[in-house]
Amino acid sequence: MNTRVEVPDQVAGAKPALGRARSSAGVEVLQALGRFVRRKPLGALGGLIVVALLVMAVFAERIAPYGYDDTIRGARMKPPSATHWLGTDNLSRDMWSRIVYGARVSITVGFATIGLAVLLATAVGVSSGYFGGAYDLVIQRVVDAWLSFPYLVIVLSVMAVLGPGLLNVVLSLAVIISAVNSRVIRGATIAIAQGTYVEAARAVGCGHARIIVRHILPNVAATIIILATIGLGTAILAESALSFLGFGVPPPYPAWGGMLSGSGRTYMFRAPWMAIWPGVAISLAVFGFNMLGDALRDVLDPRLRGGGAR
Amino acid sequence: MLRRYLAKRLLVAIPSLLIASLIVFTLPRLIPGDVVVLMLAEKAYAKDLEELRAKLGLDRPLPVQYLEWLGRVARGDLGESLWTKRPVLEEIGQRLPVTFELAMFGLVFALLIAVPVGVISAARQDTIRDYLARSLAILGLSVPAFWLATLLIVLPAIWWGWRPVTGFVEFSRDPVGHVTQLLLPAFILGIATGAALMRLTRGMLLEVLRQDYVRTAWAKGLAERVIVMKHGLRNAIIPVVTLLGTQLPQIIGGTVIIETVFGLPGMSRFLFDAINQRDYPVIQGVNLVVVSLIVFVNLTVDALYAVLDPRIRY
Repeated sequence: MNTRVEVPDQVAGAKPALGRARSSAGVEVLQALGRFVRRKPLGALGGLIVVALLVMAVFAERIAPYGYDDTIRGARMKPPSATHWLGTDNLSRDMWSRIVYGARVSITVGFATIGLAVLLATAVGVSSGYFGGAYDLVIQRVVDAWLSFPYLVIVLSVMAVLGPGLLNVVLSLAVIISAVNSRVIRGATIAIAQGTYVEAARAVGCGHARIIVRHILPNVAATIIILATIGLGTAILAESALSFLGFGVPPPYPAWGGMLSGSGRTYMFRAPWMAIWPGVAISLAVFGFNMLGDALRDVLDPRLRGGGAR
Repeated sequence: MLRRYLAKRLLVAIPSLLIASLIVFTLPRLIPGDVVVLMLAEKAYAKDLEELRAKLGLDRPLPVQYLEWLGRVARGDLGESLWTKRPVLEEIGQRLPVTFELAMFGLVFALLIAVPVGVISAARQDTIRDYLARSLAILGLSVPAFWLATLLIVLPAIWWGWRPVTGFVEFSRDPVGHVTQLLLPAFILGIATGAALMRLTRGMLLEVLRQDYVRTAWAKGLAERVIVMKHGLRNAIIPVVTLLGTQLPQIIGGTVIIETVFGLPGMSRFLFDAINQRDYPVIQGVNLVVVSLIVFVNLTVDALYAVLDPRIRY
């Protein structure tokens, strides 16, 4: 992620797209949605994929024809067919059902990681950017140190400390992602803290807490939403890599990355669908979040693009 | 001026490196499960455990252990692997070239994809080719490397009965075979970075192409090729070089997956095994070498930045 990002000092200008839809709420939201679809068709496609993923994760029991660990008699490593859309695996389990349940892992890890990462990044980034001085200097050197570790190397080391499992995946990924994001939020905060309205608030005697909550936070909100959406894709991709390396959710619960390791690779020449579908699912999910994030960034805060493109 | 700037950057890098070394030192010591217990397995007696712990220096307070370790590191001694009993530096020295080669080939592939596609995408903004390139770039950022690697092994085998060679070929034994076996892993490693670089190349080039001097160049009647390549790309490429530096951690991290999938005996694979075996000195050694390498490369990139862009004065 590009950390040398120019951040606007008036992010507030981009707010209407977020919806100031308190009065005729429903209609305005629908109109904004329609505008978004027309202006950013690829972003809308991303949004559609994300919604489909959410539905799959929430209603897995209703959507999946079989349980994730149900063995089906006489259906070992069957290729895709009308009964088993995506085929069956080496333990005679329905691949489609396992993919549907797998969405739960990806979505849970994705949202939990990003929720935690955004909290951490906002706390560190806003305080570091707002207070500045020696505090900023020390915090930024620590962030520098974290940023010089390859994320997979540090996450694996953290996972080795904490052990495998969903909660530990979330904790270790959140720490890494928050380091990168805190840099961007710090930049946005510095720009906003120099605004005249912050100076005015200070002049009338507002305390630090009030200035941060009432003036800084609402103005970095757009930046945070964009970082969170793009970060969701990163978190899902990272979780799948960890599951692939054996540090994710323990079997038999299906995680897309885990389905690709172990038996997925052992039988890949005899039953290639076992190795193909989980990867398609991961790619589609991450593609959806990336597309949506890109489009949201263009709409909410075009200057965050880094390159300043179009 | 440049020298003063570099000296300043170096001064800033030192505390970061020290903090990183503290992280490197502390992390493996938090691993649950005692390496001593693991090494002696079932036949351990309490006395044996104490003896081995004292021998490995694990019985002293953590700050003392850290300072001792730092002192040894400064002298180039990264300790011995708890399992193979060989010096960590020697073990890393054997494996680093594989990872380094892989990362460099990966970067070359990334640039080979990113620059031409980025240029075409920017020069033909909002055409089908541009949309296609941008969608492909996002796809490149979305596809997991381990899946792509699996597909590129499985599909050719099913379609044409062709399987990649397994087992590592040393350069000294068969130079051509050595390079050939690295091409596919490096290509996969380079895709995500290539996609990120392509997006940046496009963005920067679009910005440059809107400058007044580019309009002047058009007015002079220069050919599009000259304008895009000479006036545009040469100015747009500078941030791309910077991003190349920030992408290095991602590339090195990616080698963990690639080396595991393709069975390459590199440093990242070594780290992965060490984590599973709780081999403290190896985990610390590899992490420290990787972090130092990345800090050093970023410093070099900063210097390169100043050399490439005569407008930058420090």
